[in-house]
Amino acid sequence: MERDRLKSVLESLLFVADGPVSVGRLAEVLEGTDKAEIASVLGELQSEYETAGRGFRLVEIAGGYQMRTPKEHADWIKRFYQGRPARMSRATLETLAIVAYKQPVTRAEIEAIRGVDVDGVLSTLLERRLVRIVARKDIPGRPYLYGTTSEFLETFNLKDLTHLPTLKEMEEITLQQTGDAEQPQESGEEG
Amino acid sequence: MTTKVQLEIFEGPLDLLLHLIKKSEVSITDIPIALITEQYLATLELMQGLNLDVAGEFLVMAATLIHIKSRMLLPPGDEEEDEEEGGDPREELMRRLLEYQRFKEAAQELESRDILKRDVFVRSPELPEETESVAFEEVSLFDLLSALRRVLERFPKEDVHEVTVEKISLREKMQGLLDELHKKGKALFQSFFETAASRMEVVVTFLAMLELVRLRAIRVAQEERVGPIMLELAAPLEEAQGRMSSEKIEGEEYGA
Repeated sequence: MERDRLKSVLESLLFVADGPVSVGRLAEVLEGTDKAEIASVLGELQSEYETAGRGFRLVEIAGGYQMRTPKEHADWIKRFYQGRPARMSRATLETLAIVAYKQPVTRAEIEAIRGVDVDGVLSTLLERRLVRIVARKDIPGRPYLYGTTSEFLETFNLKDLTHLPTLKEMEEITLQQTGDAEQPQESGEEG
Repeated sequence: MTTKVQLEIFEGPLDLLLHLIKKSEVSITDIPIALITEQYLATLELMQGLNLDVAGEFLVMAATLIHIKSRMLLPPGDEEEDEEEGGDPREELMRRLLEYQRFKEAAQELESRDILKRDVFVRSPELPEETESVAFEEVSLFDLLSALRRVLERFPKEDVHEVTVEKISLREKMQGLLDELHKKGKALFQSFFETAASRMEVVVTFLAMLELVRLRAIRVAQEERVGPIMLELAAPLEEAQGRMSSEKIEGEEYGA
């Protein structure tokens, strides 16, 4: 397919899609077009929307591509919907952050970090499908292990989990406290 | 008859500790344990005095703090125990606080991303969801308790529990708060206590606020991190009133 035509067809597909679409899925539809070409045309679309200042952008989300409005237009859109912004409580966000970075993680492990019961918050997160049960841990009681979902990636504008902002390292001072007599076990190479 | 305000939606003991550490401008890695323990216990006492339902976790932490404090008083050099518990008795607590702090920051990072249906939108989505969350996303319970303490300082010391002749209905107070917020739109936390005649009235007003927050009828927010605390309706007046009347409020009469 001619490149301009391919671009236009891809634009249509992304326009009608109801969620992020992977390059693989697009390649299936556009039989005979290779993934590398699709990816490069998508890249062109991305920068075209950006430079032209269009009312939508092409964003890589949850392993696919999706048309989304730019952040600067949020106020107008909310006025259009007359909706109040969706907000998450601090407890919800903290629990979600722990699941995101520590997954797969058990409820007890989350509670050990937060220092409070997370039963209610966890069921809210499950209900909103931001979190799901991924397996059971092979320890006595076989507790559930929780992980994040693709809705989580979509909600937080993430291409995949590796794009989570890096977790700040615990201050080194904790290690310093143990003094110079003992070296932390992990640094075996140096010792 | 008393009112128990459920706190499960609020924060836990680690939040309280971080709040106290920040307020005292000390470092997590070198906590003045006597000072922080004292402040922690004072806050707990205030919470219990208000008859807030203090979760067991708060009491466990209180015991931990007292234990650490007592160990700090022991002369150093008790080798065996030192080895077992790792030198500085504060270490385990410090580790937990740092770990928790790390995830609090991660949560803030998440919150600052371009969130779907808040900052960015996709074509033909369902309508943006109603705010499902409780207030207190900006102001913590402990900020409110500190503010309450300042208000209470204006009144002569008496036990919060003291029996007073006058009976103040929590429900009436809640209704009053809603009406006032409906009229004013947004109002300062302190402004609701200006006309209070007694410590008991202050306490009832405060409990009415917490109850309304729990019912998601009002929202408590701070425009800046250290700015004044503001209250506003979280739903249209009728809706807020509806939530109030459909909810059973234990022990309507307070102070009897």
